[in-house]
Amino acid sequence: MIAPVSHYLVLSGVIFTIGVLGVLVRKNPLIMFMSIELMLNSANLAFVALSYNFKNVDGQVIAFFVMTIAAAEVVVGLAIISSIFRIRVNIDVDEVSSLKG
Amino acid sequence: MLSYAWLILLFPLVGFLYSSLLGRLLDRRSCGVVASLAVGLSFVVGLLCLSELQGLPAESRFVDLTLWTWIAAGRLALPFNILIDPLSILMVLVVTGVGFLIHVYATGYMHGDPGYPRFFALMNLFVLAMLMLVLAGNFVLLVVGWGGVGFSSYALIAFWFQKPENAAAGTKAFVMNSIGDVGMLLAAFLVFVNFGRLDYAGVFSQASQKLTYNGPVVTAICLLLLVGATAKSAQLPLHTWLPDAMAGPTPVSALIHAATMVTAGVYLIARAHPLFQMSPTAMGIIAAIGALSALFSATIALVQPNIKRVLAYSTISQLGYMFLAVGVGSYVAGMFHLVTHAFFKAVLFMAAGGVIHALGGEENLSRMGGLRRALPTMYWGFLLGALALAGFPLTAGFFSKDEIIVAAFSSEVGSPVLGAMALLVVALTGFYVFRAFFLAFHGESRVEEHVRHHMHKPGADMGAPVLVLTVLAAVGGYLNFLGGEGAMDRFLEPVFHRYATPVPYIEGAEALKEPLMLLSVCLGLLGIGTAWLMYVRYPRWAVTVGGWYPRVYRLLLNKYWIDELYGWLIVRPVLALGRFLSDAVDPAITDGVVLGAARTVRDFSSGLRALQSGFVRDYALAVLGGAVVVLIYLLQAGGVR
Repeated sequence: MIAPVSHYLVLSGVIFTIGVLGVLVRKNPLIMFMSIELMLNSANLAFVALSYNFKNVDGQVIAFFVMTIAAAEVVVGLAIISSIFRIRVNIDVDEVSSLKG
Repeated sequence: MLSYAWLILLFPLVGFLYSSLLGRLLDRRSCGVVASLAVGLSFVVGLLCLSELQGLPAESRFVDLTLWTWIAAGRLALPFNILIDPLSILMVLVVTGVGFLIHVYATGYMHGDPGYPRFFALMNLFVLAMLMLVLAGNFVLLVVGWGGVGFSSYALIAFWFQKPENAAAGTKAFVMNSIGDVGMLLAAFLVFVNFGRLDYAGVFSQASQKLTYNGPVVTAICLLLLVGATAKSAQLPLHTWLPDAMAGPTPVSALIHAATMVTAGVYLIARAHPLFQMSPTAMGIIAAIGALSALFSATIALVQPNIKRVLAYSTISQLGYMFLAVGVGSYVAGMFHLVTHAFFKAVLFMAAGGVIHALGGEENLSRMGGLRRALPTMYWGFLLGALALAGFPLTAGFFSKDEIIVAAFSSEVGSPVLGAMALLVVALTGFYVFRAFFLAFHGESRVEEHVRHHMHKPGADMGAPVLVLTVLAAVGGYLNFLGGEGAMDRFLEPVFHRYATPVPYIEGAEALKEPLMLLSVCLGLLGIGTAWLMYVRYPRWAVTVGGWYPRVYRLLLNKYWIDELYGWLIVRPVLALGRFLSDAVDPAITDGVVLGAARTVRDFSSGLRALQSGFVRDYALAVLGGAVVVLIYLLQAGGVR
């Protein structure tokens, strides 16, 4: 017995919302990264579910792309965080605004 | 040789490039030699061309040499062509012949000047431009040469630019000449609009079909050309630059006043005579300008204290003669006087330059005197030049000047008034040039003590050209008698009979010739005699006579206040306008627009700056907000189903 596609989409929306709130609310950049991962994977979930539903393999392909990009994004992001950490011990995002215009 | 006539242009070009690029690095002294050699070689090529030209039958003495197609666009096809005919070759020989002697003289005169290579580079450029002007086979090339002469004369007059007044004199010459250049350009445009082509051969042969006789178009073309001619030949009312041009080194004065530049206007009118003869109005104006300039500047020359200025005004006066000649249709007389004038005016300038050089730059006649023994070469040079200028019998000026006076009386478009003015100028000429001569070489020495002790006599490099030109000034008039009287006429006839019928003489012209000749000789002698009386025999008379008419004296000394008049009428209003624009219009309007635009952009962007907080959270929220907006839009529009 497979759950209908709407369940997957609702679950995906819930996870995505959790991710968004995490990015907006939390101060620790590591937690923010995890939240971004949540958002990306919720999108993946929606892709795969719809792919299965429509019997179309495209969505699964895109899911793989997203995973690859997420991995690359994490590498870059962690590099930025570690270099910020090298300059200043505190990595609270509310303290970092040197790109202010 | 005729197909190699472009070599005439090539040599000065090479000389110019050598002096300006290589000479100053390799060997500064070599510049003078190379420059003189370049002009000399051009002269030789000119001579070879002349002999070949004379070998051809009279009606085919026109070689239109197209070197390459210069500009081809639409219906305009302009060749780079040079025209070799008796008229242009005569000019080439005068320019390069006298030019060569002046170059040799200048190697001595400019010796030790820090700008030695620059001087000879510019001299060669000047000769190149002048040769281009006279050899041009179409109006555009003519304008190029015309402008080139203007530029290089500017650079030469302002050669010692460290002194502000020299720079100002150069600028003045350039501005005056630019007025002429504008006239020339407009004339060329008019020719192109009406003929659809710009080469001489095409334009002149079609002139009588495409233009109506004495119509507004042909008169407009002629008057615009005349603007160019008056500016270049320093005729009224554009003459003021020439006396100021004396600020340049003396060889430059000799080059500009004798051989080149100022003769360009006369040459232009002679060259474009098929057009001018279609407009009697323009011809009348030319003759009037010529006669007026001759009289006007001869009177100024009577009282000038500066030896070079006397000669400068005398140049304007003699060019007035030439204008008068071509204005009454007697082109041959005008060209003949141009040639003899080149000889005797060059020698006058060189002799004056020798005096100035010897006295360490002293140009004021009242601080000369008694130089006959110290500078014999210059003495004889100046004497012969002055005799020729005054039209003393059997000297060069005698023959050519009389031709003009006779033409003024007896040409069909001449008039007794013009003739009488020309006669009056003869007497004035004899007086002013011998006044300068007596003041400089005779009487008590008024040279300042310290100058007299350091007087340096000119060397052979300056003396030799003076001697050659002295001889030419004495015998140059016999050019007209080579192989029988009227040699000039026979030589130039093919040019002036090709596209137009010559202006006829009135009946009984022959009978006028001898009385007029006698009269002009008497008037010339009268002028010389008066000068002798006033400056040698009874030196105090000069002061007395000046005292009788103080107003007239001041009027002449100040050159009829023409410079002041132009300053008041043109320069001051222009300056005032400029000041008004810079003080009132510029800060309020121009700055307002420019600064206002900058301020608007700055204000706008400082508003936008607030958005870029630097906090990741703000950006993320903005992205989320944007995504929500896009989502709502898509749902509303029904894009997602």
